[in-house]
Amino acid sequence: MTEMPAVPHSSPRSETRTAKELRQYIEFRSVGKSYGPVDILKDFSLNIAKGQRVSLIGPSGSGKTTILRILMTLESIQSGSVWIDGKPLWHEVRGDQLHPASEKYLHERRRRLGMVFQSFNLFPHLTVLENITQPQRLNLKRPRRDAEDRAMELLEMVGLAHKARAWPEELSGGQKQRVAIARTLGMDPEILLFDEITSALDPELVDEVLNVLRRLSERPDLTMLLVTHEMSFAREFSDRVIFMESGKIIEDAPPERLFVNPAQERTRQFLRKILPHTR
Amino acid sequence: MIWNTDFAISILPKLLKGLLITLQATAGGTLLALVLGLVLALSARSGSVLLARSAYGVTELLRRTPLLVHLYLLFFALPEIGIVLPRLTAGILALGLHTGSYMAAVYQSGIDAVPKGQWEAAQALGYSRFDKWTRIILPQAIPMMIPALGNYVLLMFKESAILSVIAVPEAMQTAMSIGNQTYRYFEAVTVVGLLYLAISLPVAAALRALETRLAVTRQ
Amino acid sequence: MEKFLSYVPLLIEGLKVTLAIFTCALVVATLFAIVAGTVRFSGSRWLSRPVAALVEFFRGTSCFVQLFWCFYALPLFGLTLTPFMTSVIVLGLNVGSFGSEVVRGALEAVPKGQIEAARALNYSPLKSFLHILMPQAMRIAIRPAANLMVDLLKLTPLTSLVTVNELTRNAMVMRNQTGSTLGTLLCIFAVYFLLSSLIYFVMNRLEVHFIHRKAVRAASTRVAA
Repeated sequence: MTEMPAVPHSSPRSETRTAKELRQYIEFRSVGKSYGPVDILKDFSLNIAKGQRVSLIGPSGSGKTTILRILMTLESIQSGSVWIDGKPLWHEVRGDQLHPASEKYLHERRRRLGMVFQSFNLFPHLTVLENITQPQRLNLKRPRRDAEDRAMELLEMVGLAHKARAWPEELSGGQKQRVAIARTLGMDPEILLFDEITSALDPELVDEVLNVLRRLSERPDLTMLLVTHEMSFAREFSDRVIFMESGKIIEDAPPERLFVNPAQERTRQFLRKILPHTR
Repeated sequence: MIWNTDFAISILPKLLKGLLITLQATAGGTLLALVLGLVLALSARSGSVLLARSAYGVTELLRRTPLLVHLYLLFFALPEIGIVLPRLTAGILALGLHTGSYMAAVYQSGIDAVPKGQWEAAQALGYSRFDKWTRIILPQAIPMMIPALGNYVLLMFKESAILSVIAVPEAMQTAMSIGNQTYRYFEAVTVVGLLYLAISLPVAAALRALETRLAVTRQ
Repeated sequence: MEKFLSYVPLLIEGLKVTLAIFTCALVVATLFAIVAGTVRFSGSRWLSRPVAALVEFFRGTSCFVQLFWCFYALPLFGLTLTPFMTSVIVLGLNVGSFGSEVVRGALEAVPKGQIEAARALNYSPLKSFLHILMPQAMRIAIRPAANLMVDLLKLTPLTSLVTVNELTRNAMVMRNQTGSTLGTLLCIFAVYFLLSSLIYFVMNRLEVHFIHRKAVRAASTRVAA
């Protein structure tokens, strides 16, 4: 990771924020990410405002998942910087220079984020309830009683309170994913990342998961990034749709515009393949 | 002094002679084990419940008991019922029986790994039972099993040292006899240990490489 | 017959020693397997090398040779241990070396998604290892561990050759006194068989308990180590 010469001055956190700060709640600044010889992202920049619901669509390999993984600190970046709420993610500020972040710093920054995976990744050796309470108790230092109360609250919300004592292997795919969402919410993140969360599900189980997301969208404080192939849901759910190809943003527009009358030909071609009735 | 290099070098020829017997025992044991393992594996799959259960029983009896006890039984106990075996024979028999029971499991998983479609095709094309096994199934199963079988052969090579307790003049026995005569056990046992390492480490590495290659070509 | 029976206490004494060696060596083996396996899994270069060398030594020669080597060599370096202690250490490190490969394999077998989920939920690397990685790896390792435990039991008779008075050695003494070789040896053959079967039974129960799956068949314990 490269060092940058100067640190832009960020305002102290206060109740009132400038419009600019809110618009740039999540920032990618000229980010470069590669796997060996292959460049996934090159000089990539993106701003996301607080409370936005953004869908990332595009062919596989376009870099959409990589963006989520970089935010969740599962992948590091080779160049550029990533900022969340005015503080860098992969770098620490010392004096007026940026240094690569230590594990301790990342641990602290990671608190704001939560991610739900395509393959659920529930912990098989813990019950459903323990899956939700253990991260709270170990990583947020919440007392057992509080963690359990919160867990039951979340299980109610996703409609699985009756499965609290069940083991993950006993659940259907849709149920597992709902538990995974509850588990992530238990950590009270401000930014939620959803990586193709319905792609591994049988079609009839997709809706129960999307319903949870619909309920989540009623909360204005959550910023949500969704990588998805469910175009109709993306259209219904998002404020903003970003179409990516080969690590570059091809088009970035509200769903009413992008899905109905895309400005770019490449967007049109992609949508035509996915949605047969596109003009 | 503790270590006398000249002495260590001087005993090398004797130890190498012992190693030759070790290799003989290993070869004999391997042959027996390969055959026995196959017999046990095929029997365990047989339609006859009696045969299958017997094969399972024999395999477990061998696998759950120590090699040393097998050796004592073959060499010291059999004479009691009139069967007297020469030392090396008893040793080869013990090694073969013991390792054969492990190889049976390798054969089992190797045969299980052959896709079901092969069995069905052989049946549909009218192959006789014998031909089905010898021309279709085993030729596909055996290459996959070679690394695992090889590892057990290597194990047998190392375990052959136990034959020294019935005075088979293999490498370890030779080392002990040198020790008994000269009271210089340290050099003797160290050099014999190094001889074992000199053979087992490269063979183990080769088997690992073979395993990797087989895993790749399996695509 | 009475002569035979009068030696049964001797066999029981031998059995006690066998079990003592087994238990102590098992502790050594388990500790070494977990530490060495974790070290080699972590990939840390300066820790892995010495551990790898030790493991390769114990896997490259037979336990028999190792026992004798330690029995004769260690006193020369000033380490005077009882035959019992030497046996416990050698057997423990020998089986532990094979165990370290099992532990390493088990750690690598845990799906990578688990580690990513743990990171996403803000587990520190240590907590992730202790609470997410290890519990799952240990469950994977139960079956191979059972096989190694039986292997350990089958190594205990070798200690009779370095003057430990365990079951096989006492049986051979008994054989000399009673003249009944076949009977005595078949007797201990049965004892070893029963002990091994007991190990498989217990580990099977353990597996069912921890993996909460009801259908774990005994046939699956036939997997070679």
